[in-house]
This record gives sequence, C-alpha cells and structure tokens, in this order.
Amino acid sequence: MTELSHGGSVAGVVIQLPTALAELASSKTVELAVAFPADVGDALDALAASFPLLERRLRDETGALRRYVNVYLGGVDVRSLSGLRTPVADGAVLQIVPSVAGG
Amino acid sequence: MSTATKRLAVGTTKGLFLGSHNGDGWHWSAPAFPMTRVAAVAFDERRDPVRLLVGGMHEHWGPIVASSDDLGATWTEDEQAALRFPSDSGAAVAQIWQLTPGPVDRPDEVWAGVEPAALFRSTDGGLTFDLVEGLWRHPHRESWHPGFGGLCLHTVLPHPDDADDVLVGISTGGVYRTQDGGTTWAPSNRGIEARFYPDRYPEFGQCVHKLVRLPDDPSTLLLQNHGGVFGSSDAGATWEPRAVGLPADFGFGLAASSSATYLFPLVADAMRLPPDGRARVFASTDAGRTWQSRSSGLPERDFYSLVLRDALATDGRDGVYFGTRSGEVWASDDGADSWEQVAAHLPDVLCVRAFVQ
Repeated sequence: MTELSHGGSVAGVVIQLPTALAELASSKTVELAVAFPADVGDALDALAASFPLLERRLRDETGALRRYVNVYLGGVDVRSLSGLRTPVADGAVLQIVPSVAGG
Repeated sequence: MSTATKRLAVGTTKGLFLGSHNGDGWHWSAPAFPMTRVAAVAFDERRDPVRLLVGGMHEHWGPIVASSDDLGATWTEDEQAALRFPSDSGAAVAQIWQLTPGPVDRPDEVWAGVEPAALFRSTDGGLTFDLVEGLWRHPHRESWHPGFGGLCLHTVLPHPDDADDVLVGISTGGVYRTQDGGTTWAPSNRGIEARFYPDRYPEFGQCVHKLVRLPDDPSTLLLQNHGGVFGSSDAGATWEPRAVGLPADFGFGLAASSSATYLFPLVADAMRLPPDGRARVFASTDAGRTWQSRSSGLPERDFYSLVLRDALATDGRDGVYFGTRSGEVWASDDGADSWEQVAAHLPDVLCVRAFVQ
C-alpha cells in the first residue's frame, strides 16, 4: 500500500475476468490502483476509468450490478455481503463470474 | 452487366445473421454478436458506404449498439456507451427495440426506441445517442403499462419531408407525435381501439404493435394494433379500421414498400397462431382498404409459427421478406406473389431488414 501526501492511501485490487470479457482488457486479470478505504463499487469505478467498455458489461447506467453478473470476494458472492458497498482490502481479488442463465 | 446484390440482416435471440444474394443463391454469415438478443437492425442507405446499425441485449453483459461501414466485416462500438439513460433519470436500458435512420436531409440523424419506453436521437450517424427529454418527461408516461414484451418504444417514423415531424409507437402507450423536433409530444390515437379497457377509445394507452408510413404518401399510415388494423389518411390525427379481406385482425409484423403494404395475421390475442395453420402474407395496394392473400410457396398447412413486429420487411422495391419465431426466413422478389425459404434452423427471428445494392 502506498501512503499519499494528503493522508489517504492507494493499494492494489485484482479483478479476474471470465473468458468472455478478457478480450476487452487484453488479459484475464486487471490490476487496479484504488484509493483506500475502498469498496467493490470503488474498484469497479477504477475499472471504468481504464476500461469503460468492460465495466459497463458489469453494471448498468444506474450503477447497479447486472442481474446475471456475480462478483466474488474471497469466494463469497458480494450480494450476500454488502453488495457494491462491501469493503475491499489491499491485495483483494475480485472474481467476475457470469450466472448460469439462458437457454 | 452488373447484378444487383440483395442483402438481409436478420436479428435473432442469439445474434445477427447477414445474408447476401447476387444471383447464385443466398449466402449466410456466422452470427455476429452471438448470444445477444438482436431486436433492432437498420441499413442506413443515406450513407456511402451504407452503414449497418445493430442494437441488442446480452443476457449477461447488457445492451449494445454497434455500427459497421463494411456490411458487418468489422464493427464499432462507442467506448463510453453509445446509448444510455442520463444518470439523473434513474433508468437503465433493458432492450433496444428500434433503430431508424432519419430523413435524407438530416443524414446524421438516427432514432432509437428502447425499453423502458423512451426515444433517443443520434446526430452522428448512430454512433452515440441522447435521450429525447420531451417524451421522457411527458405526463402520460407514468400511466403507460408494459405489454407482454415489456414497456417498449418499438417504432419511430420520421416524416421524409419534414424532419421535425415524427411519430412513435409505444406498447402499451399508443401513438405519439411531435411536430417540433421532439420538444413536445401529443397522443395521436383518435379512432384506435383498446379492446382491453372499459373505455375502448381512450386518449392513450393503446397497445399498438407496429405502424408504417407509406413511402409515396407520407401522410398515410397503417397500424397493426393489439386487435384491429387501422389506417390514417391525415398523418395520424385520426384513424379508422382497415381490415377488409383479412382472416383475422391480430398480428405483429407490418411493412410497406412503394407498391404495397404487407402484414401477417394471427387468429387473436388469445390464439397467437396463423389462421387455419397456414402461413399467409396479406397485401394491400389501396392503403389498407382491402387486403389479399399472397402466399404462393408458403406452407399451406400445419404452420404454427408467427412473425414478430419487426420481422417483416421490404427492400423498397419488390422484395418482401419475413422471419419466424421458428427460425425460418422467407423471401419474395415479386411483391409477395411467390415465396421461397432462404434460411432455416436459425434462432427465433426478432427483426429483418433488407436492401438492394
């Protein structure tokens, strides 16, 4: 974690992407610098700054997570935690997993 | 001698299929945008080269609006989201139902209709869109209700000679018209029946399924309603029933060329199947006052599929085309007099558009 002169800090969050979205980041993982303290929504805001096309595959224009997009933190669906307000720690890994849906 | 190439864009529940025919049969692409529900597609023939516009919704990854200036070889999607509600609206795009190029004298204007019912306008040829606030803030909007397909704005009809005059169709809201370029809107439903309301002729709230403007007479409109086929000779100010000769007045698909208007009737609201199990296109050459079956070559029995609201199209000449929910595409090159099947085994067809190059 990097301490900032105004008192905050920046740390790293890793986002792991499903194959279907990896092309939009040219990688299956994206490392982001996020101002701390931070939550899942902040990490996705940081993703939007670097990869806007990728981020809007995950959230709609109201900021809500799309219905069939799941974000796991430490193996737990953040919807069962505090959703996009779920805090993330330095070095957190967020795993994007599409729901089993469709026919 | 050069041969004209016919081109079809077929949007399905699982992607966009592009067909071409230049004299040696139809050739079809692999699906573009696979697993995306492509409900809107348009060839913008005002541009050189022709621009292909597509709007869809992926169950997982949300809406997409993309364009191609090389007939689908490559696609462009705006990085910041081509079409999205403003953040203060509290709304999110659930489906893109319609992409309609504007009149010739506004070559960069493209309209989009979406769910929840709203109209967007592009002034850069369909690359990016802005919400038409005048309709979004209309006091009637709170009273519109979703039909089976959701609360959608599914049809946009710009007047070819007056760019500020635009009609839209909303299910379930009815027909609305602006004559000042979208700033103000008024319902335009006088005479259109709503069989599902105690007041069968309300000011608004009709479940219009599709409306078309006759290319050679832009003040004449035809409308396939949720029960009833209606026509207007005064640009939508008033409507009257025009279903003489039809075996039933329910349906979705409706399309017009300069020579005729075409529709695909279904039995009724509670029986959404073709009458008598026959696939039949009906045509009118007198603005809907009379209709005749034109179905040579179409299945004459045991046909239980249907044609959705944007899955019937013309190429502006004598070409008429439709796609079915059972994944077939049929084509006629003689104004619907005779038909041949040109594709099968596709996913459910949502929309068809055609042009001749």
